[in-house]
Amino acid sequence: MPTVMMQEIPMEHGLLLAAVLFALGLIGVLTRRNMVFVLMSLEIMLNAAALAFVVAGARWGQTDGQIMFLMIISLAAAEVAVGLGLVLQMFHRFKTLDLDVLGKMKG
Amino acid sequence: MLDLLWLVPTIPLIGSLILIFTQGKLPEVPAGIVGAGSIGLAFVVALLAGIDFLQSDLPVFSQTLWTWMSVGNFNAGFTLYLDGVSLVMMFIITGIGFLIHVYATGYMHDDPGFARFFSYMNLFVSAMLILVLGDNLLLLFMGWEGVGLCSYLLIGFWYTDSYNGYCARKAFVVTRVGDASMALGLFLLFQNVGTLNIQEAMQIAQGQWPAGGSNIATAITLLLLGGAVGKSAQLPLQTWLPDAMAGPTPISALIHAATMVTAGVYLIARTHVLYLLAPEVQYLVGVIGAITLLMAGFTALVQSDIKKVLAFSTMSQIGYMFLALGVGAWSSAIFHLMTHAFFKALLFLTAGSIILGMHHEQNIFKMGGLRKDLPWSHALFLIGTLGLVAFPGFSGFFSKEEILATAMSNHEGGYILYLAGLAGAVMTYLYSFRLYFLVFYGKKTHDGHEVMGLNLQGPLVLLAVLSVVGGFIAIPVHEVFPEVEEHHPSILAQAVMILLPMLGAVVAWWVFIKGGIDTDNLTASGIGKALHRFWFTQWGMDWLYDKVIVAPYVGLARLNRNDFIDSIYNGTARLALVLHGLVSDTQTGQLRWYALTMISGVLLLVSIGVLL
Repeated sequence: MPTVMMQEIPMEHGLLLAAVLFALGLIGVLTRRNMVFVLMSLEIMLNAAALAFVVAGARWGQTDGQIMFLMIISLAAAEVAVGLGLVLQMFHRFKTLDLDVLGKMKG
Repeated sequence: MLDLLWLVPTIPLIGSLILIFTQGKLPEVPAGIVGAGSIGLAFVVALLAGIDFLQSDLPVFSQTLWTWMSVGNFNAGFTLYLDGVSLVMMFIITGIGFLIHVYATGYMHDDPGFARFFSYMNLFVSAMLILVLGDNLLLLFMGWEGVGLCSYLLIGFWYTDSYNGYCARKAFVVTRVGDASMALGLFLLFQNVGTLNIQEAMQIAQGQWPAGGSNIATAITLLLLGGAVGKSAQLPLQTWLPDAMAGPTPISALIHAATMVTAGVYLIARTHVLYLLAPEVQYLVGVIGAITLLMAGFTALVQSDIKKVLAFSTMSQIGYMFLALGVGAWSSAIFHLMTHAFFKALLFLTAGSIILGMHHEQNIFKMGGLRKDLPWSHALFLIGTLGLVAFPGFSGFFSKEEILATAMSNHEGGYILYLAGLAGAVMTYLYSFRLYFLVFYGKKTHDGHEVMGLNLQGPLVLLAVLSVVGGFIAIPVHEVFPEVEEHHPSILAQAVMILLPMLGAVVAWWVFIKGGIDTDNLTASGIGKALHRFWFTQWGMDWLYDKVIVAPYVGLARLNRNDFIDSIYNGTARLALVLHGLVSDTQTGQLRWYALTMISGVLLLVSIGVLL
């Protein structure tokens, strides 16, 4: 049994990483025009949130953080399935994935 | 038979309902039978009940049909009340009403609105009977409004001419001013004595109010007087009556001469106890009557429309009744009301016959020399005129002499009223004989032919008989009114009272027959012209009201065309619209904007949470 001391990663680092990831994802959602990239950015944001759960779970030694992580992952999988389905339909109908062009939901 | 009293107002109501629910589709003969027959039947019932009442020695008879309303300590029953005064009024309304209805079946012959006409007429008679038979002021007020409504409907009967509609509205609105005042008077009376039952209210008032006059008595009687002058076309609410002549002539005879316009006199006589408790107001009643009778007399002198002359003379004669009320000659007022109903109905209906005979010509300057063409109308009109001018022996003589004699012996300023009444009597002779001479004497310009018929001349002859002998009818009102000592003016005074007014007839004869004065010259220029215009326009009263009341009101209405209250509601709607626009602008359809605002919102909330 190698006695490698598990170097504790400080919670702050983990959370900082999560915050950076979340901000990156958000910027992607806000600036990207292609719908596939927007979906990818959303995925990053979800993972950032999941990471924050894991970090918090490790900090307090609770399993809840990992349970939430699993839930978010499955949720993300479902979301991608629906989202990609929508993307395919959009492309099929409008021959474009540009969100500005697709902005027909205007009230 | 007395128990059948309730049938008297009910029968005309049923007649009216029959005519209303057949929607005017009833042919002329059955409609006439229903219309005139119902009034005839009511008259028979009234006669039976009345004779029973007179034989029974009962001072009053009242019949409660049901409790109309009972709220808190207010109680008004649907109760008919019969005493001497309401008995006389009931006979006048049903009796004269019946004769006029019969006449109307001839006069309205071939009118497309024949059945409609009689439905209104029957409704009117029913409402008028409720007015005089009601035992409380609320019931009286219901009849009061009912007759006002029927008056409106009948003045505007020929509604295709918009002028008639205007006249009807004018009559309705002007009397409404008086009615509002009367309603206020009723409220005030109820507040002070706690009941609207006429007899009870008068008893309580007599016990509570000081005898010499009090503010409350003055206020209530003034407000009631407002209602009376509105209905009876006295100063200052008299302007509607001449316009009311736009209606068919039987209406003018029934409503605007014999019955409805005398309702004000009835009201004051009915509540005479209140007026005795407010002597100033009672005197004011006499003054109003005196001024009105003189003003209307001068106005009648220059009119050119036969019906308008009669309208102003009605106004003037009601002025006499008010004068009588003012000097406490209550029974004389009712007596004059009755005799006036006889001869004025006769005059109006005869005028109707003349108008028919002249193919609907009403201008007296286009008549003249008609005594050969219209012998019936001539004789009947002469009888009516003699009644009107109070020629000795005719009905008007007895009532008018009674009024003048009481006024003369009245110590509280009655002498001035007496002089006004005497001057008015001269005027009456003058304008009546001017009318008579202009129509029947002088140069003949247009041919006329008498329209004959039993239903036309029959009622006229009966009315003529009443106009002659009506003065000998003793009305059973002595138990209702306080005792007035008998006045027997000296022979000299009597001679003055009888002979002086005849000067008017002499002047009329001298001017219009003999041609002593050329009236055309007189009114052509200068002061004569101005005076003629002034009198012709009712002393400028219409003009005055137009300028002082109507014009400012119309101006205000025009100013506020877009009702400013409405702008509150419109403003609310507009605000909602603007807000809607603002919020709807955020719905761009740009997903990234939604996301951005969402994130900004979250950031905002989180930072608020952190900072606080």
